[in-house]
Amino acid sequence: MLFKNLNKVALALVMTLFLGACATQQATTTTTTKGDDAYTGTETVKFLADGVPDRVFFSTNKSELTSAATTTLGKQATYLKANPTLNVVLEGHADERGTREYNLALGERRATAAKNYLISNGVAANRIKVLSYGKEKPANPASNVLAWSQNRRTVTVKTN
Amino acid sequence: MISDKIYERLTGEKGYFDSRIIYVSETGPKVDKKKRLAVMDQDGYGVKYLTLGNELVLTPRFSPTSQQVTYMSYFKNLPRVYLLNIETGIQDLVGDFPGMTFAPRFSPDGKKIIMSFAQEGNSDIYTMDIKTRVVEKLTDHPSIDTSPSYSPDGSYITFNSDRSGFQQIYTMKSDGTNVKRISFGEGLYGTPVWSPRGDLIAFTKLYRNKFYIGVMRSDGSGERLLTENYYQEAPSWAPNGRVLVFYRETASDSSGRGGGAKLWSIDLTGYNERLIQTPTDASDPSWSGLLSGK
Repeated sequence: MLFKNLNKVALALVMTLFLGACATQQATTTTTTKGDDAYTGTETVKFLADGVPDRVFFSTNKSELTSAATTTLGKQATYLKANPTLNVVLEGHADERGTREYNLALGERRATAAKNYLISNGVAANRIKVLSYGKEKPANPASNVLAWSQNRRTVTVKTN
Repeated sequence: MISDKIYERLTGEKGYFDSRIIYVSETGPKVDKKKRLAVMDQDGYGVKYLTLGNELVLTPRFSPTSQQVTYMSYFKNLPRVYLLNIETGIQDLVGDFPGMTFAPRFSPDGKKIIMSFAQEGNSDIYTMDIKTRVVEKLTDHPSIDTSPSYSPDGSYITFNSDRSGFQQIYTMKSDGTNVKRISFGEGLYGTPVWSPRGDLIAFTKLYRNKFYIGVMRSDGSGERLLTENYYQEAPSWAPNGRVLVFYRETASDSSGRGGGAKLWSIDLTGYNERLIQTPTDASDPSWSGLLSGK
């Protein structure tokens, strides 16, 4: 009886260690290598107009636009061309798992990537400003992989 | 100062008690933190607030030669580098750049500010002479170049770049030539800062989802990690080059509560890690030079 229980405990311990190892492995991949971990859900997303999402998401340490991002930015470009008096600021953000100064630069690079896409889709450059907040303004304040993916973003904000 | 004399007698090293630390005081929820510049004695006493918290302020750094600090502010939603005299309260914009300027530090003679300027998705390193306002561009690379710091004799600069694909530490001559990568370990390296003794560079390292404060020689050899934690960064040297101050942040729970930043110091040996008590949460510490001069 006692031995049986001990066996169960041992098995549980092995499982825990195994799962722990997996979790560590995964976390490593998301912060230090070129993973495709851009957020694809709809939480935190707001809308500039019906069917026009206000933000796009990025992979860890990356500023390349995903295909979901270009779809969203395409809708934003159409909306902005239909409303030619509107101006916007593109706010670039990073997750909290990086040094503050590098994240400021990364936020600027992300917002510029979005800006260039809008321009190449016919929005006049003088209607778009870029503002990086680095990791200073998370959309989701939790410290987990989901929150970090929601915080690696560029948000299009109307200024008039 | 007597405590500095005692330290010197006991250790054979210059003391650092007669010095101050400038930092960013943090209050409010994580999604909308109120940040104010604050200055205190190096032991945490005598806290004085220098800004009201109406705009976001980041990364203050002391001048090694005067009561001036340089920092970044989002005044009028324009993220720019400023210069502030903490005795007179007089504040100045540094340079006339069309985009974001950030990551400022003084040159060792206190005459220049070195910083990054971001434009069109590219951050490069610039200096501005405080008196003549002459601006010089030191790096010209499509990658992110930031977190510059001078060697104590002013002849070299260490900085952070992702030109290899990931954040690594580099050195170059102070005219921007002779760029050399010096960090080659696994993981990402950031915030290099040159010791006032000239021999070591302190840095932040991200490796397997943990953050480390470490030191290496200025040629990149002899890497030594002093402390490991969930999140910590931005080391700053005590004037005697024996102690580092940095900030450490704890994780928040799934509803975003419980995280917060505090200031810590640690000896170069990796021993004597110590929390510096502050009235509020605190980040981005920077040590002054000795107040009584050399």
